[in-house]
Amino acid sequence: MTPFDYARAGEVAEALRHGTAPGAAYLGGGTNLVDLMREGIARPDRLIDVTGLSTTIEERADGGLLIGAGVRNTALAEHPAVRQRYPMLARAILAGASAQIRNMATVGGNLLQRTRCFYFYDVDGARCNKREPGSGCDAQDGFNRIHAVLGASDACVATHPSDMCVALAALDATVHVAGPQGSRSLPFTDLHRLPGDRPDQDTVLAAGELITAVELAPLSFGANATYRKMRDRASYAFALISVAAAVEMDGDRIADLRIAFGGVAHKPWRATKAEAALRGGPATQQAFLDAAAAEFADARPLRDNAFKPALAGRALAAVLGALTTGDVA
Amino acid sequence: MSLIVNGTAVPAPADARVSLLDHLRETLHLTGTKKGCNQGACGACTVLVEGERILSCLALAVQYDGRQVTTVEGLAQDGALHPLQAAFVEHDGFQCGYCTPGQICSAIGMAAEAQRGVPSYLSDDLSADTTLTRAEIQERMSGNLCRCGAYNGIIDAIQATIAPKVPA
Ligand SMILES: Cc1cc2nc3c(=O)[nH]c(=O)nc-3n(C[C@H](O)[C@H](O)[C@H](O)COP(=O)(O)OP(=O)(O)OC[C@H]3O[C@@H](n4cnc5c(N)ncnc54)[C@H](O)[C@@H]3O)c2cc1C
Ligand code: FES
Ligand code: FES
Repeated sequence: MTPFDYARAGEVAEALRHGTAPGAAYLGGGTNLVDLMREGIARPDRLIDVTGLSTTIEERADGGLLIGAGVRNTALAEHPAVRQRYPMLARAILAGASAQIRNMATVGGNLLQRTRCFYFYDVDGARCNKREPGSGCDAQDGFNRIHAVLGASDACVATHPSDMCVALAALDATVHVAGPQGSRSLPFTDLHRLPGDRPDQDTVLAAGELITAVELAPLSFGANATYRKMRDRASYAFALISVAAAVEMDGDRIADLRIAFGGVAHKPWRATKAEAALRGGPATQQAFLDAAAAEFADARPLRDNAFKPALAGRALAAVLGALTTGDVA
Repeated sequence: MSLIVNGTAVPAPADARVSLLDHLRETLHLTGTKKGCNQGACGACTVLVEGERILSCLALAVQYDGRQVTTVEGLAQDGALHPLQAAFVEHDGFQCGYCTPGQICSAIGMAAEAQRGVPSYLSDDLSADTTLTRAEIQERMSGNLCRCGAYNGIIDAIQATIAPKVPA
């Protein structure tokens, strides 16, 4: 690890003052950044500890929730309002990492965690455009079981690894950001980028911008929702495919729904095509599979991940089957 | 500024690069806490910070300045093993013992989580009280690997000591 200075920020303005300097990085729980620094992938010369900023979860007058960026993953998953009104989010968090890591990880850090592509991590042995722009991508023709099937580019086929972010994509969350030019808010689904020819940029945030909070809009049918994760072992493994879904029924028709997939793209994937295919229609297994097929029509599988579209379809059908028959968990 | 480790104030390292794990093992010579992977993947380095289980390998020691850290060395009271330590002996909760300090600290943290109602990915009802069944313990302890495969004994030890205290 290259040497660095460490400072705790007591307030946002102080964090920004230090965080906008070249070579500075914000530090959440450190569960991703410390690892990346040890591997030599990240080399900040100054860490600004932002875990003391915005650590509260506030009820909004409209029935939504304002979640501070410093809130730990466990604290968010165990919050009564999240368990009752946004169970999809609680389950997504609980599906991720381990209890120890969830106790350390913050909301801000979870959003900005970097890919788990093996070649991104292999500093000495592999080419990676995300780690070193222009060097090439060894995942395209390599071991790419965990890689993207949607929205990838010739430059990068990495996936975003977060479970929590899949739920946030489905829940129409908003991200609040503070920066040297002032504060701004953006839809969560606009935060992460597709790789294009700049896979080194995971998000649309400018250097020095600080995530201060994530806001959840109220969702009347948010309680009829869940998150399911498919992986190579039953726990403590990243998703091959995951699905977050919420459904509102009107008789035997689907009145409204939200769907997002994890493990399929460079960003958490809001499934707008599948939603459109199902909204107002019947809740049948065939309709669920057809909707997934519509979402994955443009999928470009690689050597090892051709199973993903079909697995995503079956996962969606299983989850929606349960949610539309009232068998939620 | 200092960290409080097993009740004793100790200085934080001058070099911010030092992990809490290395600080415990190399500077304080508390070698009970183990280094398995040094990248968050095994749980051998689990310690308790104010009762919450964390991974000391991914923790920068400076970030825990002013906090109360408990390692496996801090669990015995007046020369008597913590009940969970005794249960690990009783139920063969280990073979080589390398993962054991992490397993024990993790299980103590898990008990506190279950007591206060933290659900797990397996919970059918996210708002219900937790019953620490074998399956629940497996899920909640999945952050601690055991290369010797002593899992059955580990779960037996946890069930014998911790599980009964959590309301059904
Ligand atoms: C073994 C292992 C298994 C894992 N398994 C899973 C899994 O199954 N599912 C899953 O979703 N995750 C998994 N994770 C990843 C884990 O969820 C992330 O490491 C964690 O959420 C990151 O949060 P943090 O607070 O520790 O971030 P840090 O490591 O502190 O920071 C991560 C990044 O975010 C930036 N940052 C932090 N806070 C802010 C802020 N407020 N504003 C702007 N930038 C900020 C940092 O500069 C850094 O670039 C796993 C991790 C490990 C080590
Ligand atoms: S040494 Fe910390 S998790 Fe393996
Ligand atoms: S007892 Fe040997 S690793 Fe667990």
